[in-house]
Amino acid sequence: MEAVLSDYDLYLKGFALTVGLVLVSGVASLVFGALLAAARVGPIWVLSKAASLYVTIFRNTPLLMVFIFVAIAMPRIGITFKFVEEIAVGDWSISAFFFRACVALTLYTSAFVCEAFRSGINAVPLGQAEAARALGLTFTQNMTNVVMPQALRAVVPPLTSVIIALTKNTSVAAAFGIAEATSAMRTLGNRYGDQVVEIFFFIAIGYIVVVELLALGSYALERRWKVASR
Amino acid sequence: MRLRRTMATMTGLVLAASLAACGDAGSDEEESVDVDVNSDAAESFEEGTRMRELADQGTIKIGVKFDQPGIGYKGATDEVPTGFDPQVGTILAASLGIAADDIEWVETISANRESFLESGEVDLVIASYSITDARREVVGQAGPYYVTGQQLLVPADSDIAGVEDVQGQEVCSVTGSTSLDNAQAEGAVPRGFDTYSECVDQVRDGTVAAMTTDGAILLGYAAEDPDNLKVVGDPFSEERYGIGYSIDAPEMCGWINETLEESFDDGTWEEAFNNTLGVSLDEAPEPPALDPCA
Repeated sequence: MEAVLSDYDLYLKGFALTVGLVLVSGVASLVFGALLAAARVGPIWVLSKAASLYVTIFRNTPLLMVFIFVAIAMPRIGITFKFVEEIAVGDWSISAFFFRACVALTLYTSAFVCEAFRSGINAVPLGQAEAARALGLTFTQNMTNVVMPQALRAVVPPLTSVIIALTKNTSVAAAFGIAEATSAMRTLGNRYGDQVVEIFFFIAIGYIVVVELLALGSYALERRWKVASR
Repeated sequence: MRLRRTMATMTGLVLAASLAACGDAGSDEEESVDVDVNSDAAESFEEGTRMRELADQGTIKIGVKFDQPGIGYKGATDEVPTGFDPQVGTILAASLGIAADDIEWVETISANRESFLESGEVDLVIASYSITDARREVVGQAGPYYVTGQQLLVPADSDIAGVEDVQGQEVCSVTGSTSLDNAQAEGAVPRGFDTYSECVDQVRDGTVAAMTTDGAILLGYAAEDPDNLKVVGDPFSEERYGIGYSIDAPEMCGWINETLEESFDDGTWEEAFNNTLGVSLDEAPEPPALDPCA
């Protein structure tokens, strides 16, 4: 108890970084995953195969392997992403460590996002896309105006699960130079070896709160889009 | 389909190769310490003590580090760990009448040493285990058997000469370790990794400016790759390595201190040191003064 209270800024900073990782890699995976899904269902054979190859590779590889590849193997061959530290907004800039963690999380999560979107697209009756095409809409217009708006409603629950999994997956970054919540837990555990149970408990509560906020947000979205659909 | 499978295999190979590159350090043969195994040791301990139990059962489980060359290291192909800590363990086991072959070495990492002692997963922890007040609340710590201090490991061409140069720089160590805490207190940006070897890789690749932990551990890494790495700066902390035992067996403290004292006197401690950490030093340091048992 006293461990978390007397070092609460370590605790809060840890969760701030966790949330930061979720936000950055969450948005990036949603965008990239949606593009992948579009490529997968799209008419261009090469893109469709490339997207399905991507999903096969990254959905079937453990996240830890992806992290090791991005954070340890790539710097070995000279790819360190150090250049992101040059880009500064005011005196604030992101570290290469944060960037690498986001790259690893995004590579991994977007494969799952792609599959969630694809299931949503498949849920839209084929007649819808055919009708849109008969009206002369291009593939892009068809996707953005007809298919995706309907698919989006169906994918909110599975996408929420993917993002929740991402939230918990950010804990892997603790072993790759990011002082996020799990790393804060280990630091606190090292400082206060006699209070590990309480520390575990408080870190678990933190994760539950973050995930619950995401879940509540998704319920709100579901409700809103349900009304709009009538 | 075939292309997909080939690609997956290739990705796997690349990953495997990157992993393999991390694990070939310090498997050189080293001399082990020469100890007399006291075969009727059991008699010399009182009935009901933990030492008597261990001596009767003839085996002991000792937790050591597996990833710190010079201190406690076990390569992928090694049968037993090498380093100063395992040799101290051998000395302690011998006084219980347990031969080196009957010791069961268990890997402990920084984060699980207390819980392994509490759950009885190990009988002793000799794993670069600094003595602190907070730890003494939950486990017993006898010793110290070695005193070291935190230093910096940097690339050979680095400008960093001491801890005053790491202000605002990224410094790596093991996630959650005291070393990382201390580095942060000195103004460095802490970067935690799972193991020391991953951290050394980061120094070599230039993704962090320096690695920090106890000088003894750093010397081990620098000795392996003197062309690319060097240890710099005066120690900026004092770490007193202790031997962890269960808090439920306070009688072990007396036995550990006595055995250590003997090894200081008869030269086995010095021999163990010279076999391991002392390889790159001219002479062994003076044995430290032991804390009295409570």
